[in-house]
Amino acid sequence: MNHANAIRTVTAALLLAGAGLFANHAALAEDTVNATVVIKDHKFDPAEIRVPAGKTIRLTVRNDDATPEEFESHDLDLEKIVPGGASIILVFGPLKAGSYNFVGEFNEDSAKGLIVAE
Amino acid sequence: MLATALIVFRETIEAGLIVGIVLAATRGVAGRGRWVMTGIGAGIAGACVVAAFAGSIAGFMEGMGQELFNAMILLFAVILLGWHNVWMERHGREMATELRSVGQSVSAGARPLYVLAIVIGIAVLREGAEVVLLLYGIAAGGGTRAAGMLAGGGLGLAGGAALSTALYLGLLVIPMRHLFNATAALILLVASGLAAQAAKLLIQARILPPLGQPLWDSNWLLAENSIPGQILHALIGYVARPSGLQLVFYVGTLLTIGGLMYLNRRPVAVAPARAAAE
Repeated sequence: MNHANAIRTVTAALLLAGAGLFANHAALAEDTVNATVVIKDHKFDPAEIRVPAGKTIRLTVRNDDATPEEFESHDLDLEKIVPGGASIILVFGPLKAGSYNFVGEFNEDSAKGLIVAE
Repeated sequence: MLATALIVFRETIEAGLIVGIVLAATRGVAGRGRWVMTGIGAGIAGACVVAAFAGSIAGFMEGMGQELFNAMILLFAVILLGWHNVWMERHGREMATELRSVGQSVSAGARPLYVLAIVIGIAVLREGAEVVLLLYGIAAGGGTRAAGMLAGGGLGLAGGAALSTALYLGLLVIPMRHLFNATAALILLVASGLAAQAAKLLIQARILPPLGQPLWDSNWLLAENSIPGQILHALIGYVARPSGLQLVFYVGTLLTIGGLMYLNRRPVAVAPARAAAE
């Protein structure tokens, strides 16, 4: 076994061990609901996203503006740059029923939104 | 304008306070200015590159590239800061306190300044990339609003730089023989805070479980977004609503680096000699 192979084997073993440790965590992801929000003219559309409570949410944030934005939610502890003309994915939850604020940090005056879990 | 100033201020102090601590920690070391400037310069250049490729970075690893990239550079900085502290415990004290021969004083120059330069580079890169994106967005938007917002950015940058300078000058007031311990402790806390930031990103990327989220909420007592909250966030890693994993990373880093520092500690015969060695 040469050096590169050894590294590959060790890496694979570590990844498997990691996967095993967090199998429970990953299993949550199977019960996933997709949602999408679009940034246009520094506003979120829709400004209110309704999702079921108790499910993992896979939120796609698409930025139709040419300028970058930062999706930020203190309520959900999320923070992620959305480059101009690009999409990002955020996976979070399962959420308890309730409302969760989010903003576009770079344009906080106009870019406001709410995730409602029910 | 004020919103822009606050964002830039927040990012500037996160990098600037680290620069201030490093400058205080390397007081009296020859050539430190060059290394620090190299670190800042490389960090700014890196921030522009990261900002330009933000789209591609986000696309890696099933859309979790941004989190992974940031978590990796944060953990790299944690390792470098830890290594620096341990190295100083091992060699720095004897170097500073004994100075028995010319041979040893030469080894003072062997202090891994490049490690600190890399840490500064990483800090500036990480915080700078967001500022570059923000300012680019404003400039690209144009209009009369842009001028005010860019002025706000300048204001935030100046404020952050002033605060970082104040920290540096404050640290210089500490007598030389205590400065070693003070900066080592600050670097240890900064490293632990950076590890907790990495934990947050690894949770967001769904790589590690949050282990309780949040563990507590002290936002009513000290809002993380307030200026004092941001300063404490940059200095000691204050988080108003930490998850269990963040606490594990924070305490784990504190104990690991602190333990290694303790194990590598060399007894000091004449403590005040460090001041004399200046």
